[in-house]
Amino acid sequence: MMPSNLLETHGLAAFYGDFQALFGIDFHIEPDETVAIIGSNGAGKSTFLKSIVGLLRAKAEAIYFDGKAIGGNPAYRIVAQGISMVPEGRRLFPSLSVEENLLIGAYGKREGPWTLSAIYEIFPVLKQKRNVPATALSGGQQQMASIGRALMANPKLLLCDEISLGLAPVVIKEIYAQLERVTASGTTLIVVEQDVKQAMAVADRVYCLREGRIALEGRPSDLSREQITAAYFGL
Amino acid sequence: MTENVRIERSSRTSRIFAAAGLLIFVLLVTAPFYSGRSALHLLVEIFSYLALASLWNLLAGYSGLVSIGQQAFVGLGGYSLFTLTMFAGVSPILAIFLAGLIAALFAMPTAWIIFRLKGAYFAIGTWVVAEVYRLTFAQVSILGGGSGSSLPTQVIQSIAPTRAIRDNLIYWTGLFLIVAVLATIYLILRSRWGLALAAIRDSEPAAESVGVDNYRAKFLVYLLTAGATGCVGALISLQELRISPDAAFSVNDWTAFIIFIVVIGGIGRMEGPLLGTIIFFLLREFFADWGPWYLMLLGLFAIVMMLAIPKGIAGLLADRFDIQIFPLRRRVRLEEPK
Amino acid sequence: MSDLMGTILDGILLGGLYALFAAGLSLIFGVMRLVNIAHGDLIILSAYIALVASGGLGLHPLVSLVIVVPLMASLGYALQRSILNRTLGKDILPPLLVTFGLSVFLQNALLQIFSGDSRLLHAGGLETLHVDLPAGVAVGVLPCLMFMVAVAVISGLQLLLYRTGLGRAFRSVSDDQEAAQLMGINNAHLFGLAMALSLSIVSIAGVFLGIRTNFDPSIGPTRLIFAFEAIIIGGLGDLWGTLVGGVILGVAQTLGAKINPGYQILAGHIVFLAILTFRPQGFFPKTR
Repeated sequence: MMPSNLLETHGLAAFYGDFQALFGIDFHIEPDETVAIIGSNGAGKSTFLKSIVGLLRAKAEAIYFDGKAIGGNPAYRIVAQGISMVPEGRRLFPSLSVEENLLIGAYGKREGPWTLSAIYEIFPVLKQKRNVPATALSGGQQQMASIGRALMANPKLLLCDEISLGLAPVVIKEIYAQLERVTASGTTLIVVEQDVKQAMAVADRVYCLREGRIALEGRPSDLSREQITAAYFGL
Repeated sequence: MTENVRIERSSRTSRIFAAAGLLIFVLLVTAPFYSGRSALHLLVEIFSYLALASLWNLLAGYSGLVSIGQQAFVGLGGYSLFTLTMFAGVSPILAIFLAGLIAALFAMPTAWIIFRLKGAYFAIGTWVVAEVYRLTFAQVSILGGGSGSSLPTQVIQSIAPTRAIRDNLIYWTGLFLIVAVLATIYLILRSRWGLALAAIRDSEPAAESVGVDNYRAKFLVYLLTAGATGCVGALISLQELRISPDAAFSVNDWTAFIIFIVVIGGIGRMEGPLLGTIIFFLLREFFADWGPWYLMLLGLFAIVMMLAIPKGIAGLLADRFDIQIFPLRRRVRLEEPK
Repeated sequence: MSDLMGTILDGILLGGLYALFAAGLSLIFGVMRLVNIAHGDLIILSAYIALVASGGLGLHPLVSLVIVVPLMASLGYALQRSILNRTLGKDILPPLLVTFGLSVFLQNALLQIFSGDSRLLHAGGLETLHVDLPAGVAVGVLPCLMFMVAVAVISGLQLLLYRTGLGRAFRSVSDDQEAAQLMGINNAHLFGLAMALSLSIVSIAGVFLGIRTNFDPSIGPTRLIFAFEAIIIGGLGDLWGTLVGGVILGVAQTLGAKINPGYQILAGHIVFLAILTFRPQGFFPKTR
């Protein structure tokens, strides 16, 4: 493991039963970096995030975080070590209010800057609706709540899975603006994005996945549209 | 090069088993001519348990309706037989089949009420219904109330003039019943209805979305199983010549043992109840006089099986060795081009 | 008239015991969608443990709770983590059949150890103590105590579920097991805690049952049925509804018993089936 990296994967593979979704992914991210993962549906983007956070089993040495091999660890232990995920589809808890959803994010009691008031500061609308059932919020508000909930775990590495899905462009802009504040405060960020333009705008580096493999990697400024299209669609 | 593809159901092993089955059937039909009383009695018991287990398997393993109250229909069948023979002068063998009909009739309002429950709560609901029948019959004094009653001599004699012929008639009725039950289940599972039931078991919303009438399919299979269970219950009480609420509606005998048979043999496969019944009767031979230890053993066995080998022994055989007795799965066979 | 009122009052208070039976079952179903068929037998097991504890140590049965509750809680945690966690999933058969097997095992183990003789927990006169109310109605102190304990337990559960971090975790895991893991929740451990809590309540119910009536290894399944009926009558998902369900069941039973002692349990079943027929969602259903 390179000491300069916060997270590394070596030949990471992932399976759903007999079906192989990821083939030998080599990935790395340094502290304070923002890396975007793009690719079409079924390329393996969400699978990749699920493997990192422990929802899918991986080999122990396939994933290194903060110097330690974490592959194969159950999700709750990985969260305790400092990785948190904003899941695809938000998945707020319907039985809990907005505030309770945020509070459950802090279940692991990790120390850090993200407290309830800090979350309310970047997403004031959540404070207004703190006692409302989480599912009564609009799509954009739910996304903010989901991000806030993940932040309450005070992660070193935050994973965001398709946070722009189903949201209006102006809402997406606002959310990414707040995410910049999050990364500025020292959180490393991996975003999985369908919206390539948005991904390129926010990321330091980009990986493009296709059919479970890395098809392209580089800085947004170094990659041409043709390269990306070729990697994305496999033409 | 073109390859021909053939879809067939039977494999070589199932064809072997079919031949063996025919031989066994011939042996069984002729059993009264070379077996003693107790052997015939035991065989009727085995037929009964196999029938009940196969029917429970149809409900739970294939249709997703887990009932722990089938004893309701065993008891209803038994009490119907006693009522029909004692008070309506119906001939006992005929009464077995009428009892099944009556059980099916009672199953209608039963299903109407308890289908409002789902999953495990449905299961407990079936148990409550069985308890209602048990407690109710215990209050009916002309049928002996809580202590039950014995079949009157003239009813017994109306089956046949001699004891030997009576035993044989009951035996052949039992054999007929088990063959009929197994054949019916096999035909159902091969039919569209069987396909619909499997779809419902796997996913009710998905089944509905392809046009299956979930309620009707489940309702009908519940009625049919109740009727057949009632016939078996009538047969059992006729053979015992006695009935009582606790025996007729016994959870232990008609649900616990049946569940163990199916779990150990293999749920969701027709071979399961067959294997399970054989194992059950073997265990009973050796351990039944252990008393509570026997049941503790069965309970533990069921837990371990469910956790370690959830598909039962039949499932293990089918998965590991591709052994199937009843040809139900469709296989794709590639033909060599000629 | 006072006879009738006395009967109804008895039924209401009996409902407290039934609510205690039901609360543990309801909690487990809420958190992990598990219906424990051995629930009733575990109630009886608690009564037997209290029998041994109070007999062996010369303790009053209610005092023996100090031993019974932690013991049953630990048993619950161990049972959940070693066996029941492995049955959880989309298929309803494994948990049902495993807990059914457990029920048969427990009944027969108790039968083997204690024989089928009827037992009773002796509470030094508490069983017969009564208070005379106006209108000639007498009410037992024990039933009142049972009812108050039921109310206290349900209040405590509600408090736990809605005002504590642990309760929040229970509700999260009940909503979405995978998302709960992302919060850092160890589902296996949490389910163990839920079962420990359930069996703690079960053990309290068991001790009260043992003081109130004769018990033997075979009466477990009927207690499960009472718990289940109280839940369905009251409406799935609401604990206070379960108390109301228990009360309705209790009153149905005591009124039935007044007509004929043999009708007691049957009366309860019939009222349950009637409510299931005409109001299947119960009286206070919580949409889940």
